[in-house]
Amino acid sequence: MPQAGFLQDWLRRATAVDWFLLALRIVVLAVVGTGFVAGLLHPRYGREEWFSFLAFGLTIGAIYALIALGYTMVYGILRMVNFAHGDVFMFGAYAACFSLIACNRAGILNAYPVISFTIAVIVCIAVSAGIAILGERIAYRPFRRGRSLAPLISTLGLSFVLEYSARGMFGAQNKSFPTMPGIDGIVAFAGFSVPRVQLVVVAAAVLTMIVLTLIVMRTRIGTAMRAVAEDKDAATLMGINVDRVIVFTFALGGALAGIAGLLYGLVFKQISFFMGFFLGVKGFGAAVLGGIGNIPGAMLGGYALGLVESLGPAAFLEGLGVTAPYQLRDAIAYTMLVMVLIFRPRGLLGERLSTARA
Amino acid sequence: MASDLAQGVARRPIALPGGLRPAVNVTISVAVVCAFTVLVGLFGQFSDRAMVVGVLDIGHSLMLAAALAGGAVLARRQRMASVLIVALISGAVAGGLVQALVVVARWANLRWMLVSLTPVTLNRVGFLLPDDQAALVLAASGACAALVGAGLVLCGPIPRRIVLGALGGVVCAGLLRELIRGILGGLGGVDDWGFTYDGLLPAGAAVSAAIGALVTIRPGAARYAQLPPRVKLGARLLCLLVLLALPALTNDFVAQVMMLVCLYTLMGLGLNIELGLAGLVDLGFVAFFAVGAYTVGLLTADATGAGGHLTFFAALPFSIAFAALAGFLFGLPVLKVRGDYLAIATLGLGEIIRVLVLSDMLKPELGGAQGIVNIPKPALFGFVLSSPTRLFYMTAIMAAAAGYIAWRLQHSGLGRRWLAVREDEDVAQALGINLVGVKLSAYTMGAGFAGLAGGIFAGMVGSVFPQSFQLLVSVNVLAILVVGGIGSLPGVIIGAAALIGAPEVLRDLGEYRYLIYGIVVIAVVRLKPDGLSPKAIRQREAL
Amino acid sequence: MTLLLSATGISKRFGGLLAIDNVNLAVPKAAIHAIIGPNGAGKTTLFNCLTSFVKPSAGEIYLNGARIDGLRPDLVASHGIARTYQNIRLFPDLTAIENIMVGLDAKSPESLLGALFATPAHHRKVRDTIARATALLAAVGLVGRGDRLARHLPYGDQRRLEIARAMSIDPVLLLLDEPAAGMNPVESHAMLELIRRLRDEFGLTIILIEHQMRVVMGISERITVLDHGACIAEGTPAEIRENSAVIAAYLGARAAKHGMDALERQG
Repeated sequence: MPQAGFLQDWLRRATAVDWFLLALRIVVLAVVGTGFVAGLLHPRYGREEWFSFLAFGLTIGAIYALIALGYTMVYGILRMVNFAHGDVFMFGAYAACFSLIACNRAGILNAYPVISFTIAVIVCIAVSAGIAILGERIAYRPFRRGRSLAPLISTLGLSFVLEYSARGMFGAQNKSFPTMPGIDGIVAFAGFSVPRVQLVVVAAAVLTMIVLTLIVMRTRIGTAMRAVAEDKDAATLMGINVDRVIVFTFALGGALAGIAGLLYGLVFKQISFFMGFFLGVKGFGAAVLGGIGNIPGAMLGGYALGLVESLGPAAFLEGLGVTAPYQLRDAIAYTMLVMVLIFRPRGLLGERLSTARA
Repeated sequence: MASDLAQGVARRPIALPGGLRPAVNVTISVAVVCAFTVLVGLFGQFSDRAMVVGVLDIGHSLMLAAALAGGAVLARRQRMASVLIVALISGAVAGGLVQALVVVARWANLRWMLVSLTPVTLNRVGFLLPDDQAALVLAASGACAALVGAGLVLCGPIPRRIVLGALGGVVCAGLLRELIRGILGGLGGVDDWGFTYDGLLPAGAAVSAAIGALVTIRPGAARYAQLPPRVKLGARLLCLLVLLALPALTNDFVAQVMMLVCLYTLMGLGLNIELGLAGLVDLGFVAFFAVGAYTVGLLTADATGAGGHLTFFAALPFSIAFAALAGFLFGLPVLKVRGDYLAIATLGLGEIIRVLVLSDMLKPELGGAQGIVNIPKPALFGFVLSSPTRLFYMTAIMAAAAGYIAWRLQHSGLGRRWLAVREDEDVAQALGINLVGVKLSAYTMGAGFAGLAGGIFAGMVGSVFPQSFQLLVSVNVLAILVVGGIGSLPGVIIGAAALIGAPEVLRDLGEYRYLIYGIVVIAVVRLKPDGLSPKAIRQREAL
Repeated sequence: MTLLLSATGISKRFGGLLAIDNVNLAVPKAAIHAIIGPNGAGKTTLFNCLTSFVKPSAGEIYLNGARIDGLRPDLVASHGIARTYQNIRLFPDLTAIENIMVGLDAKSPESLLGALFATPAHHRKVRDTIARATALLAAVGLVGRGDRLARHLPYGDQRRLEIARAMSIDPVLLLLDEPAAGMNPVESHAMLELIRRLRDEFGLTIILIEHQMRVVMGISERITVLDHGACIAEGTPAEIRENSAVIAAYLGARAAKHGMDALERQG
């Protein structure tokens, strides 16, 4: 299609809203662009700092990606947002935290860090998967055929139940995460230095995603998952137990969120009962950014969101002369989330949704 | 249901009705619920608060309620007399299990992880008795409660209503003692025989039970129904007047509670336009509340970056206007986004506003975390609305005006267009309805209502802090709608009274109120999707 | 004879599937025009293109000389195109009369301030709207059923109500998607009468999609036949009846010699 014809066609059909959206796009791009250029003209950070921003972005991005995977798998099949997913993540963090504390109390944390870490991974996967399954039973299954509003509200309710149960059980204060021996310190190479824990987290996340890909692509249940995501009715006709697949999907998503919780604790050293909700929202944003229902998309979206959030303040807010730009990290992330929902709801890699509803 | 019954009939020869599984399930569930209340600290919080002084504390009432519900569930599955024995055993075993769990918890000493499992709390579960006696007492009371629960299902409707009414009366009187004491005290100091400072006395409990039972069986209801409508309207107006007079007659506490209920009613009305009528899920409602509050703050207080020094009532229209403008500007791009994405996008908006308000970037203007203080109290023609009672009347008038507008809107052509868009967007559009325009009008007006509420809030509290504008506010309002029945105007009031008034009265509930909210919301969505408000559900006449 | 609707070269592509392929449609004022074709021939997609529910991949559509393709659906509606749906899509939780009033309101909105303050002008307007809605209900034969919720109406009434709702925006062109689907011969005959009366009394132009040959042949002045998205024939009922390509599309080449009569008898 010739460019001129497209423009003409657009002009003929454009309404006030279209013009407003166009103006919004231009303004956002202009603001980001101005900030970026101004930041380049008055560089405030050296290579070292940029590298550490990048490393941090990849770290937090890995965590977002793990959460986003849970959203994307469930949404791909059921087309429902699970507001409680972030709290599954939070429970995973607490589970990991307490298993490490238990190891410490038993005196094996420092003596056998690998064993302790393995125990923590197993416990947090088990707890998170269990809670995800419980959530599916309580807040999802009854509404699978209902209107779209009911599950939205019930998972929101579930999210509050989980959060305030955690608050009641584990206390309202932030909980400090036990220090794992051997992952502290800085690794230096080629003139750059990066905290070792960030390397561990990125590596663990990549490993998890490889395992996930293997499960989804190579196992029977993974194949069944993909079949259900493609077309639920057809999958039923082919003899797939859709209920079981859905439960498995929730469990798998929960397990990933649990691992994300463990990694979050390792990086940030502090966890709280309230941290899950908004990390969950960001995880959903990452899933949409990558293209909801799309597993590689969720990984990409997570990293992209992490990088924007980490690099954004330095890259363009600083240039705009904003005071304390790092306070606005979350604002950048949410603005990006809203922008993606408005301008590119199909995501970077395109969405893949089940054709038939549950 | 029917299949359950059929199954029961088929299996009647077996000694245990319905087999062992339901009984075991119920027993375990009851024990788990009891353990849950202890684990999350709900029990501990309430175990030293009396439901009826010297008889029962609120913590154990929760457990008994669980056992009661368990018995009822059993009896509903299996409507025959032998289920009474099953319920009895189930309740007893559940009670024993609870004490066994206590013993285990004491032995395992998990306090480093589960902060609520203090020795005191654990001992309180067993009424501070030695373990063996405690187990006996718990088993006995569990058995009784389950028996009553099962009996209530099996007996006829009239005894059931009487017993439930009496129980409800005692629970209400016990939980709302502060409110009731306030009211009784205000009405002429007749509270000494029924209440002490610690709570409801047995005599008061008996009276409450009698009142509760009377309310449920409603003697004279038939005669009342025959009264001419004008008299009925008069009776209703009288009730309303008494309700409105309460804050003036009683104490500030009552006024404060009712003021909050009015404020949340106001917000509920706004969200009802968005969600109930136009079907727009808005989780960033608090953003417009914040805009309204900050507008009043900036325009009236001696804040750093404040513009003029308007009076409260001069600033209030700006609150509405700015909130509506914010809704318009945000809604314009966002409203074409599909349902659940809209929820997330609005959630994002709420957080963006909060982060911005908290940031150092806008600190010179908005005060950052310190907020804006010294907002003058609302004053009308030199008459300062300083006391909670006066503020309540102001809020009530505003809420009533908002209610009138919401009612007129709902029954206007625009209201019908909102409903049409909610029911089927594509068809509505094919009828020539401009979707963005119609949704935007709902969103803008909802935002305006929230702005008004925010403005009132600022004048009421006298200060504005970013911490007041958490997501929790949006969720509160959403829960009000869900509980009251989405799309129903009376439902908004009922929901606000139930979810804002009740926890406010139960001040010891503290942060547990959100736990209860979550449970209530899930339960309502699952069991009564049209909300709790009686017959208000879809009373839309042709006009 | 002036053309009301003229669509030229309409195509619609869904991914790899060409749902409509270069279809032309010319409908004069006050005509009844039928679109027929086997299942999946692209009839409803064509309707969706005409009402802008989907944007055609290529082609131009003019209504009364104004270009309407790709406009927002509500603007197309305000140009005067109204439609019904193959699987009825009423507003289920609104009453019958409210369903119609939605359309009337959309055509001429009442003043918001008037509604808020319940002014006399507002009352007049509401009375007028109700009167017009009642008249429309009467026109489709639903007298006295205005207060029932749409989803509680029987099937045939729902079809009629959908037509009344489409009429409520005062259209010049009415698109009916299988108006007689699922009806017995008596009911579909009544529907035929109704459609004809709408044309005669309101001066409407009507395009209908229909499966039942009896309905189509009995009512329409011209027929367009679609098969696999392409227009394979266009003409009067008599011409279509004789057209071998049409018969082949419907019954397969072998049955072509038995002609269209068999098909009509079969309904």
